[in-house]
Amino acid sequence: MMVEQPHQGRDVSEAPPGRRTLFRAGLGATAAALAAGTARRARAEDQSPPDDPAWSQALGPGIGDRVYGTPSHFEADVIRRNVPWLTANAESSISFTPLQYQQGIITPSGVFFERYHAGRPTVDPAQHRLMIHGLVDRPLLLTMADIKRFPSENRIHFIECPANGGMEWRAAQLNSLQYTHGMIGCAEWTGVKLSTLLNEVGIKPKASWVLAEGADGAHMARSIPLEKCLDDVLVVYAQNGEALRPEQGYPLRLIVPGWQGNVNIKWIRRLELGDAPWFTREETSKYTELMADGKARGFTWPIYAKSVITFPCPEMPAKGPGIYEIRGLAWSGLGKVAAVDVSTDGGINWTRARLHNPVLSKALTRFTLEWRWDGKPALLQSRAIDETGFVQPTLAELRHVRGTNGVYNNNSIQTWQVKPDGSVFNVQLG
Amino acid sequence: MFSWGRLFAVAGALLPIAAFAADAPHYGFGTTPTPAQIEGWAIAVRPDGQGLPPGSGSVHDGDDLFSALCSTCHGTFGEGAGRYPRIAGEGKLTGDRPEQTVASYWPYATTLFDYINRAMPFPTPHVLPPDQVYAITAYVLNLNGLVDDNFVADAKSLPQVKMPNVNGFIWKDPRPDTHDEACMSNCRAPADIKVVSTAEGKSLTPRTTGTLDTAMPQ
Repeated sequence: MMVEQPHQGRDVSEAPPGRRTLFRAGLGATAAALAAGTARRARAEDQSPPDDPAWSQALGPGIGDRVYGTPSHFEADVIRRNVPWLTANAESSISFTPLQYQQGIITPSGVFFERYHAGRPTVDPAQHRLMIHGLVDRPLLLTMADIKRFPSENRIHFIECPANGGMEWRAAQLNSLQYTHGMIGCAEWTGVKLSTLLNEVGIKPKASWVLAEGADGAHMARSIPLEKCLDDVLVVYAQNGEALRPEQGYPLRLIVPGWQGNVNIKWIRRLELGDAPWFTREETSKYTELMADGKARGFTWPIYAKSVITFPCPEMPAKGPGIYEIRGLAWSGLGKVAAVDVSTDGGINWTRARLHNPVLSKALTRFTLEWRWDGKPALLQSRAIDETGFVQPTLAELRHVRGTNGVYNNNSIQTWQVKPDGSVFNVQLG
Repeated sequence: MFSWGRLFAVAGALLPIAAFAADAPHYGFGTTPTPAQIEGWAIAVRPDGQGLPPGSGSVHDGDDLFSALCSTCHGTFGEGAGRYPRIAGEGKLTGDRPEQTVASYWPYATTLFDYINRAMPFPTPHVLPPDQVYAITAYVLNLNGLVDDNFVADAKSLPQVKMPNVNGFIWKDPRPDTHDEACMSNCRAPADIKVVSTAEGKSLTPRTTGTLDTAMPQ
């Protein structure tokens, strides 16, 4: 007699076999024996109506087998990816957020893009210190426990590397949303207002700049005007409700809302107040923008208004004519996104998209627009306008003003070309 | 009932509190770092020389150190190895392939000391004594033709090194430098809409599904 075994086809359990599995197998055998001859057991290929799928005729794993949850193994494509030819090594490199899968304004901590200059340090929070000194009345040394006693702040902000889109200045190179726009993430951050800490040490009248320095091997250091530090900068220890991820600066990092990612110093250990900037390597040789005339711009900190359509995109093509919801993300380092317009004809005509709540200052903002695609070639674009009235520029306009050697601060309108078969390509218009 | 006398009494009571707040911390968490603790961590160097430690190093000493510690990535003469960029020599900052070397681009020689000290050698950063950092700094400046063979780098000499591109930077953000308007209809002539560049067919894009793609393009 054939006795049908449970759990044929897809394995609904992601736990290793053990006593629990044997227990369930026993139950399953009983059920199989009871069901024998009734043809009610699903085959591997019959998991949809009218058949009852295997996962509906089995006992799933119990609690305690995944004490820190991970995404379903069916979501294995949703990972940070990198461009191997972009950098000389993995320790001073960057990975990209899979924006094509991001459904809200919060980037899951596990796929938030990485940028390291000397790899990811393993910092012991018990040994970690934040030192504040220089032009202050009372230098201060703080433990993590000390920092967590100060009044706390929760804010949602994006962080974008200013090199996001930097490979696209001369030509369309990468056929992917993840690689053209993935140097960005948005999270809820919890920490202390830097102004609270600076008031605690007492700022000397001559102080006008703050050097923020990390505990990584690069001792990453950036000069930040005191005015910004007193405005909205945070020293944070938590991201999306839990301790910062090591990739994001565990146990402590700076959040400089709306400003280029590099100044959001990770693994921060030191703040020095001074009366002039330091002109570190990361604000002279790098993170400066070479213009066509050979002059360079420095200290170009804020991220200006930018947006991108996340569906359809090269990774997420259309499938035949019909109604689609065009989806995307918009952001501005100068405040809130005021509006987003979408064009399907390469910028001849525009339609105002719907902004989804919450619309927060210096945070990713989601937009959607219903689109009835007739199956003909289309050129999709989105254009953000922020609360200062600034309008996201075309790439042609940016090139006209800055040339193509700047690397950083490419906030241009992205064009996705949709072909009749639904495939989507990264293109640039004349 | 309102009383001027009571208002003055309240204001008088507040004054000492305000004075107290200026002289002392409000929360009082943490400790005061010792001078030795501050000195150990305060490594940042400014163009005026603030932060440069005692010590010195010559171009000659830097030659041997550079060969041993730096040349694997930066090349014997700073020409760069593999995908590491060229760091030495003259270079144009205009055209299709600008060359941003220490000589052509870096505005301050002090930044070189600061960076080598804080971040180099790449596999074991911030382990070299100041004399060796000064020596490597002197050698890199010499490779760039910015100092002669007899140069000795120290806290006095480094801020005085003349860097050719010191005036090549605009440190005040000129943005917004684009002034597009949010036109809604008939914004461009349909005949002007032309695809001038596409990523289609280029073999530069790593895989976006499956496991991580580590292959270099053809």
